[in-house]
Amino acid sequence: MPAQKTSQTTWTLITIASILVAVLLLWEGLKSFSRASEYALALPWGGTLDLSNFNNQQLPHLGDIFGAFLEPAQRNGPPLYVILFRASLFTLSEAVAGFVLGSLLGFVLAVIFTHSSLLQRGLLPYVIASQTIPILAIAPMVVVWMRQLDLTALAVPVIAAYLTFFPVTIYTLRGLTSVSPLQLELMQSYAATRLQILVKLRIPNALPQMFTALKISATASVVGAIIGELPSGIQDGLGGAILNFNQYYVQSPPRLWATIVAAALVGMLFFGAVVLAERLIVRWQVKA
Amino acid sequence: MNNIYQFLYVEGIPIMVQKRFLTMALALLTLLVVPLTAAQDVPTVRVQMKWVTQAQFAGFYAARELGYWEEEGLNVEVLPGGPDIGPQQVVAAGGAEFGIDWLGSMLASREQGTKAVNIAQIYQRSGMRQLTWKDSGLETFADLRGTVTGVWGFGNQYPLFAALVKNEIDPDNPDDITIFNQPFDMVAFLNREIDSAAAMTYNEMAQVFEYVAEDGTFPVYTPDDVNILDLNEEGTAMLEDLVFVNEDWLAQAGNEEIAIQFLRGSFRGWVYCRDNVEACVDFVLAEGATLGTGHQLWMMNEVNKLVWPSPAGIGILDMELYQQTADIALNYEVISTAPDEGAVRTDLAQAALDGLIADYPDVDFMGMDYEPIDVAITPNGE
Repeated sequence: MPAQKTSQTTWTLITIASILVAVLLLWEGLKSFSRASEYALALPWGGTLDLSNFNNQQLPHLGDIFGAFLEPAQRNGPPLYVILFRASLFTLSEAVAGFVLGSLLGFVLAVIFTHSSLLQRGLLPYVIASQTIPILAIAPMVVVWMRQLDLTALAVPVIAAYLTFFPVTIYTLRGLTSVSPLQLELMQSYAATRLQILVKLRIPNALPQMFTALKISATASVVGAIIGELPSGIQDGLGGAILNFNQYYVQSPPRLWATIVAAALVGMLFFGAVVLAERLIVRWQVKA
Repeated sequence: MNNIYQFLYVEGIPIMVQKRFLTMALALLTLLVVPLTAAQDVPTVRVQMKWVTQAQFAGFYAARELGYWEEEGLNVEVLPGGPDIGPQQVVAAGGAEFGIDWLGSMLASREQGTKAVNIAQIYQRSGMRQLTWKDSGLETFADLRGTVTGVWGFGNQYPLFAALVKNEIDPDNPDDITIFNQPFDMVAFLNREIDSAAAMTYNEMAQVFEYVAEDGTFPVYTPDDVNILDLNEEGTAMLEDLVFVNEDWLAQAGNEEIAIQFLRGSFRGWVYCRDNVEACVDFVLAEGATLGTGHQLWMMNEVNKLVWPSPAGIGILDMELYQQTADIALNYEVISTAPDEGAVRTDLAQAALDGLIADYPDVDFMGMDYEPIDVAITPNGE
């Protein structure tokens, strides 16, 4: 078994590395090809194909993007990676707060829906409707409301929570209700209370599904936090960095790309943390 | 997140005991519609900027950093703007007491019922320009006939439209001129896809000069390569950055005094930025770690040119320019009727100014001898 596992890990790493190399080759290959054909390719059947999307302005060299991390973002300032690290931590903390808030809300809704089919039928349409409203439309209002309540610091977590509670509700509800009738009857024959059934049967049964939802929520909460920063006027996080590097994109395209890389890393880090928690908590269910 | 914990503490909930319920409590708090009023000796007010931190608003950051508002007995929170943040909506919703906006959109929001009142006109002249390439020979607004002309939407197009109409060019007639809806960057102009482009002196104009070619060549363009068509000279400029408040808020007892205190601190901040350009840029950079130093220095200097000189004193609205702005707004249906008398109050700015002149007889609040500094263009504004 250990040998098999080792070879599996090796193959995973090899696959990840090959995909990375393939992307690098494709990225730089397209760029040098476009440059060689002066960003306009004559097609055999006439006309030209505009390749200007691959110039350094639209698609910087990967080397330049990673080089941008090491260069200062402003004269005499710290290198960009220091600024992005701080911004990432800030955004991650907002995302975690939103993740916790949204997951709790999602869990509570799922428990309510499990025990009241009337509420489930009555409330679920609104829960679903809430997800069809673009977060961009809601975010500015959340900011204004939270400011009026003197809870400005909660605005971004609430926006992130708005994106995260839904998968938790749906997956948890499915997990809580998909217990086998046999087990349910056994519990009932012991005169177990609803709470006991919930804690001893339904929740353990739902845990694998809940973690599936939490993994979706983890990445969604990072997106929610970044979007939430924009109408909040928060400039310390990745949203603020994206906004500024976007405004001054012409002046240094690699910086915006570097910020995108940082945002992706934050999402992956959070996802990884949830996977780790899953392995520790749901040992009996997790396969590979 | 600090103030949440503080809030819980103020409410007397022992945090340690409730630790596992803390997050739940937070979720519940968000649902509670309980406005919290903290008892404080120093009144706290908020001012909503029009955009993210940049030198455009440096005077306000200076007032905060130098404690000018504190000296006035006021605690002021500066709220940076951003996309989806309309200062008019924020102030109307009570999210801030003061807002920074351009006059055209302030008048429009007033007509829609936000009860916004202009209490101080910080920028005495407009920073919007139309750029053309020198080699194109387009030197006046009349020359734009038959060209592809870039303008910004969202109400920012009207000063140019007014200039075109003044020169008998109909912006709605494609036979007269092709209007290009310009994004907020200069790429189309740099690529010569358009013949002329809208640019703020303090931002987009610098981006043309700061441009570095793909092969690293710098400078590619200098001020000698462009014609700068000035809407102020054409007489069709619309006034920009001003301070506004909500009429109802202002009518409450004591708030006129707060407004005067706020303006006093703000005016001193702008005077400081006129005389200490680089120090003010540092205030801005400290807030916005992702902003380029060279570009912000350029912006600070250009913004100073829009504020100074202030012939009637800083913050005092020039009624002729006010009328010009209102006329253009009315003409282009930004507003449907001429603004009412209540849209403007100059007495608060005047009171602030008179008080400052009496308290600081050595400080120049008009800047009639103001001279801009020379700012070297830096590659990419770094």
